[in-house]
Amino acid sequence: MSKLPDAEKLCTQLARELKARVTPASAMVGIHTGGAWVAERLHAALGIKEPLGLLDPAFYRDDYAKQGLARDPKRSKIPFAVEGRDLLLVDDVLYTGRTVRAAMNELFDYGRPASIVLVVLAERDGRQLPVCAQLAGAKVEVAAGMRLRLRRDGAGRLSLELERAG
Amino acid sequence: MPGNPQLDANGELQHLLSIEGLPRELILKILDTAESFAGVTERDIKKVPLLRGKSVFNLFFEGSTRTRTTFEIAAKRLSADVINLNVAVSSTAKGESLLDTVANLSAMQADIFVVRHGSSGAAHLVARHVKPHEHVINAGDGRHAHPTQGLLDLYTIRHYKKDFSGLTVAIVGDVLHSRVARSLIHGLTTLGAPEVRVIGPQTLIPAGAAALGVRVFHSMREGLRGADVVVMLRLQNERMTGALLPSAQEFNKHYGLTAEKLALAKPDAIVMHPGPMNRGVEIDSAVADGPRSVILPQVTFGIAVRMAVMSMVAGGG
Repeated sequence: MSKLPDAEKLCTQLARELKARVTPASAMVGIHTGGAWVAERLHAALGIKEPLGLLDPAFYRDDYAKQGLARDPKRSKIPFAVEGRDLLLVDDVLYTGRTVRAAMNELFDYGRPASIVLVVLAERDGRQLPVCAQLAGAKVEVAAGMRLRLRRDGAGRLSLELERAG
Repeated sequence: MPGNPQLDANGELQHLLSIEGLPRELILKILDTAESFAGVTERDIKKVPLLRGKSVFNLFFEGSTRTRTTFEIAAKRLSADVINLNVAVSSTAKGESLLDTVANLSAMQADIFVVRHGSSGAAHLVARHVKPHEHVINAGDGRHAHPTQGLLDLYTIRHYKKDFSGLTVAIVGDVLHSRVARSLIHGLTTLGAPEVRVIGPQTLIPAGAAALGVRVFHSMREGLRGADVVVMLRLQNERMTGALLPSAQEFNKHYGLTAEKLALAKPDAIVMHPGPMNRGVEIDSAVADGPRSVILPQVTFGIAVRMAVMSMVAGGG
């Protein structure tokens, strides 16, 4: 298996590529947990005026009837008006697209954004919904039965790693 | 049914019947989940789609305004359909048994039964007879338990006091008839509050109170000294049989919470009451409406707590 990309370098690269997309109406929202870590980096690097939003779309997931409520759902915090905003929605890994669908549904319960741009650190094959990222740091090949996830160590360094799904 | 009737084989919440017997981790999970739902209740659109297509039957064999209404609001904010039955004046009055009433509602495709009943154990009885996909939440059974009230009390205490490890909690008044007190005591001892006190006249403190892990005081002044949290209980006139009290005035003199008595508790002590209040009996208006009172926030928190409980019992296969 090829080596996984360096998450720190991907953050720097994403921040550079995102610059052109930031408007005066921009605001950023990170999806709990890994997406929020990436968003913290991008938000600081881009100097976005509005405070960073945090979204845990646990109450909007489509697997509730099968799986029940996600363990330890976090409180979503959107500290700005969503109405008319150009939103930069940030997640760590784009896979089935179901988390993004849930996140967009939740965002619309806060207001009607002018636009949403999806930014992910990495994407992999396996989309089950018509969702695509406008900006992806890297495309990673992941074998079936494995999960690609972002970790943050005690010093705050981000890294991608593979683990058995389940 | 083996083990704890409230939990499924994986230890997940299946019904909520009493706080007694809930593991500490599960209580904390309910409080944490409620904290997330509190965010939803502060938005313009106070609704999430979790229970879309599910039916919640509010089955109240005993009167209630606050509890029934907050269960209804909680269910609606989870997008469930809510059906309120004031059973006391319908089926039961015509002689239908509790289990027959439940069986009929089950035939109408119920998913959650919220049950309040004057008899202790009623919710347990219903839980033993419902289908596997149906869930029962006890909204108060006799003198036994009122777990969602206990949970919202715990939520309120944690909200203002952050954690339970150094707390002295004083529960005052008619402990004998109070399912609220019993639920709260079990919750506080499970979460490790070091000192739980009950204060009241001998006739209104249950004989085995000390066995619940509480300290019993008959002097309110002694019992309030150094308390972080003061929970006043309603004097339950409707449950009084025989001469347990000389009079409401006499009770007020000894056990009513006045500003002067509250001064014996810690300066930052909070005052709670499950409602409805008898002003001038167990609590003076100056205290109920005063700066230390968190009685109305308790009601607001109750919605988030009931959303958490309903979404935890009804999810999964």
